Order: sequence, then structure tokens, then C-alpha cells
Amino acid sequence: MNWSVFLPYLAVTAGVTYLIRMLPLTVFRKEIKSRFVRSFLTYIPYAVLGAMTFPDVFISTGDLRTAVCGTAVAVALAWRGRSLLTVAVAAVCAVALAQAVLLLV
Amino acid sequence: MSALFRQGIRHGIPIALGYLSVSFTFGMKAVGDGLTVFQAVLISMTNLTSAGQFAALPLMLAGGSLTEMALTQLTINLRYALMSLSLGRKLDGSMKTLQRMIFSFANTDEIFAVASSQPGKVGKAYLYGLMITPWIGWSAGTLLGAAAGTLLPEFVRTALGIAIYGMFLAIILPPCRTQKPVRAVTAVAIALSLCFRYVPGLNSVSSGFAIIICAVAAAAVGAIIYPAEEESA
Repeated sequence: MNWSVFLPYLAVTAGVTYLIRMLPLTVFRKEIKSRFVRSFLTYIPYAVLGAMTFPDVFISTGDLRTAVCGTAVAVALAWRGRSLLTVAVAAVCAVALAQAVLLLV
Repeated sequence: MSALFRQGIRHGIPIALGYLSVSFTFGMKAVGDGLTVFQAVLISMTNLTSAGQFAALPLMLAGGSLTEMALTQLTINLRYALMSLSLGRKLDGSMKTLQRMIFSFANTDEIFAVASSQPGKVGKAYLYGLMITPWIGWSAGTLLGAAAGTLLPEFVRTALGIAIYGMFLAIILPPCRTQKPVRAVTAVAIALSLCFRYVPGLNSVSSGFAIIICAVAAAAVGAIIYPAEEESA
């Protein structure tokens, strides 16, 4: 990508991400009083990641059938509280296996 | 090197390993989308965030406005503000403003989780150690994926596409299992996300704004129906 296009995007993504992390640790050190805001901030990670995961996970491998296999394995392991690494690697292996099976049949 | 610094480095190793697979995918995808290897690595070195970086790629390609980019990053990464607020109460006296400014750069989901789970207060030696290995893992994985991703066989590359979602599921499902409010919020967000993808009209909203709307609406509904009993992260 052309640097004159790329650099403004880089500055915005890095700058916004850093300020979000840095300001609460340095400037806003007070506890949040509002119960609504506190609850909202508690729930936002799950809402963001849920919306980012579905339905995109189903098109992440280019084939709905292999994606469903990978998702099923990931959901089963994640539900049991397995680590990020375990879940991610197992999902990739499940997709690879499903691709191999599809090639054979 | 102090013992605490070494302990931090040791605690960062499993995080770095987890990051390798996901950042490898990011590097591969970024280069596949038309960025140079150096650009892909630069994004990882300066952002150090999975979801935000993956969301930034399609926006860059589509020529989205800088405002849309900023709002997307703000929403997707807003969770870090909560983590920083929460972590602030765990820091000892060695963490003055400058040290806080340095460490906050690396306050990712996983580094936050490990730092928070330490007994008592944590200081700069431990935290600097804890942030360095994952940062190297995240940057090195991106470099490997960007430079060598195309060398991998096609079926491996397509299979890697699901890695980031496996990581997301590993973050959201355990609390969904044990906490009804989290379960409800996540369900609402997913339902809205499906609408924005498949309902005619709604599916013309750009992906960045769709995620913002879904997440803000679902979290607001959750905050109204299930106001938090006590401060938690």
C-alpha cells in the first residue's frame, strides 16, 4: 500500500489504541461512579468479540463446511475453559482435517 | 536483571506462543491484502492488539475515512480502558506516571489477565518483563506470516484463517458459561451482527460501523437489564 495512504491509518489506529490504554492509567485514576457506565464497560468486550466472531467465523476458511467443523471444535474447547493457544490451534487442526476429508470423498 | 523482571518474562512466554499463531495469520492476511511486509510488521509493533488490527485491514483497503477508522478502533478497543482502570489499583509505588505511560502500551487482554491474577501489588520490573515477550512474539509472528505465509501450502493458509476466531471464542465463552448477563449480552451482539450481514438494507452498513452499533447496543441493553453489582473486570 502507498505510504501516503498507509501512514495516516497507522497513526490513527496506533494513536487511538494507545490513548485508550494510557489515559485511564495516568489521567483518569478515579473510580467510575456511574453504575451504568461501569456495567457498560464490563460488557463491551464480550459484545465486540461476539459481533466480530459471528457470522465472520463461518467464512474464515472459504468453505462453510470446514468452518463449521473448526467452530464446533473451538466452541467445545473454549466452553471447557481451555487456553487461547489450545483453542486456536485445535480449531486450525480441525479445519485442516475437514479439508483433507473433503478432498478424499 | 532482577528476579522480578525474569519472572515477568517467564510469565509472558505462554502469551507470546499464543500470539505467534494469531499474528502469523495477521501478517499473512495483511500481505495478501496488498500491504508490504514492513507495513504489516509496523502495524503489529505499534498497535499490539488482535481485534483492532484485523478490523483495520478491510477499512484500509476500502479506503474508509480516518473518522470511521478512529471510531472503529475506539469501540473495539474500549475494553482496554476498563482493563487499565482496573489494573491501576494493582500497581505499586514504582509505577509513576512515566512507567504507567510505558506499560499501558502493552495492556492487552492476556497481559492484563496475567498481571491481575498476581497476588498483591505489581511493580515495574515484573510488568516490563511481562510486556516484552508477548510484544516480541506478536511482532515476530507477524513478520513470519508476512514474509513466509505464501510459502505455506494452500490448505494450511486457509485453515489458519480460523485462528483469530478460536482465540476470540476462548475469551468470550468461559464467562458466557458462568455469567448469565455476559451470555445475554453476547447473544444480543451476535444476533444484531447477523442482522447487519443478512438483512437487506442493513447489510449496506460498512463492517466497521456495524460492529460499533452491535457492540454499543448490546452492552447498553446489558447495562440496563443487568447493572453490575460490584466493580469487576
